[in-house]
Amino acid sequence: MEILDIANNLKNKFSDSIEFSEDSSYIKVEATKWLEISEYIKNDKDFMFDYLMCISSYDCGNKEKYGVAYNFKSTSIGHYLEIRIEVSDNESIPSVTSLWGSADWHEREAYDMMGLKFDNHPNMKRILLADDWEGHPLRKDYDTPEYYRGMPVPKDKTYWE
Amino acid sequence: MATQDKSIIKAEEMVLNMGPQHPSTHGVLRLKIHTDGEIVSKIEPIMGYLHRCFEKHCENLSYEQVVPFTDRCDYLASMHMNHAYSMSVEKMLDIELPERVEYIRVIVAELQRIASHLVACGVFGLDVGAITPFTWALRDRERILDLFEMLCGARLLYNYIWPGGVSHDLPPNFIQYTTEFLDYFEPMLKEFDNVLTGNMIFVERTADVGIITPEVGVNFGVSGPTLRASGISHDLRKDEPYSVYDKFDFDVPIGKGIMGSVGDCWDRYWVRMREIEQSVKILRQAIAQLPEGDVHSARPKKVRPPKGEVYSRYESARGDVGFYIMSDGKNIPYRLKMRSPAFCNLSVFSEISEGWMMSDVITILGSLDIVLGEIDR
Repeated sequence: MEILDIANNLKNKFSDSIEFSEDSSYIKVEATKWLEISEYIKNDKDFMFDYLMCISSYDCGNKEKYGVAYNFKSTSIGHYLEIRIEVSDNESIPSVTSLWGSADWHEREAYDMMGLKFDNHPNMKRILLADDWEGHPLRKDYDTPEYYRGMPVPKDKTYWE
Repeated sequence: MATQDKSIIKAEEMVLNMGPQHPSTHGVLRLKIHTDGEIVSKIEPIMGYLHRCFEKHCENLSYEQVVPFTDRCDYLASMHMNHAYSMSVEKMLDIELPERVEYIRVIVAELQRIASHLVACGVFGLDVGAITPFTWALRDRERILDLFEMLCGARLLYNYIWPGGVSHDLPPNFIQYTTEFLDYFEPMLKEFDNVLTGNMIFVERTADVGIITPEVGVNFGVSGPTLRASGISHDLRKDEPYSVYDKFDFDVPIGKGIMGSVGDCWDRYWVRMREIEQSVKILRQAIAQLPEGDVHSARPKKVRPPKGEVYSRYESARGDVGFYIMSDGKNIPYRLKMRSPAFCNLSVFSEISEGWMMSDVITILGSLDIVLGEIDR
């Protein structure tokens, strides 16, 4: 199915929690409805999105909203889908680890790098950075710390030249 | 509980640390292994020791400057990373490439696939105690590295495939040397097969161990030879041909469970060996059809993709590499996320090693063929 058909189908079922404009390549959904929608797109026989390829977090740039993009593929039907959810700093997104195993580490990465919170994740902790690292580096307003555990964090090249 | 089964003696749980400095973890990976006697009950892989802030760096570099950073991700298949990244930028810019560039890219990518799979198979043999095939594999890989050195001066980190083209045209005699290599390599591959593939000690260690069922594989986003070994024909070169892969005749080997069950460690090894053969087949066709032309004609003067985002997929030696790039119209990416195949392949590790012995953990990890540079980024 093309993205347009998928969007129309979802709109019929979940009406106002779906946001889609005709020239865009993704469907925006509301975080509160995401658990319901994710179950639907995984199990419905028209969709069958059983392969979650990637979860990419991003910063919307206004210090308020942070987003996450899910890229799906269906191995049986062969179509693609990109879904985006944008939340503010204190909101959280329902975890889809119970539906797609690959979401586990990708959600942890999104938390680690962008500071997004996922509800009901079995093991929500940092994955690439040290457990005691402060801040979430991929946010646009992230400041590199001066020291990490007493070690100076090099900021300019004179440190090693 | 009174009804507990008394015949199973439950020992106290012991937590073992393997790595980060351990030759069998294939890099700086730490495994926290929960064991009951010698049976593994749970594994927590702990990574990040090689984290180099790849994605953060990309937000401060122009699109062209990112290419050498992609080299460092999968350092055993740098050409694939260059190619995957360049393809995603070209998709944003909507560039039509000259035929010769596409053919050169296919030739180097398939040579790289052979080199990478040779390391994977050789090291896998080494993991289960076969030393000779490892030295043979590295000997033959060395020849491919020599070819790449001739091509672009580097043996490991090439920076060869750029958005819109390649850095240099093929040097004189490159095709002749590649053909000579293939003529030399095919009998060597048979020899490699003879010494390892059917070897009883090897089969005993690997067959029926660490089975990834197709459902688990798809659910955990496993890709590449690791997923194909589970009997799923999932190869982007065949399913959604990019570059000029639709012009070649080749098969996609899938696991059949010849020595044990479908999706075991032996199948993963076997699929890689058969893929090397298919790569040789593609190379021979690509060399025969290689057109003439200018390789620099499509290079854009300025890389400034329009506002928007792209998710492109590429079949690398380890699986499905994805680049998710968001552009805000500037000459640097707004956000670049790399979907690393080894990252997803490793996430299934705990699931499949439950209930196996400690010694099998090494076998299963070796069969997944991970590269830590790509997992940690």
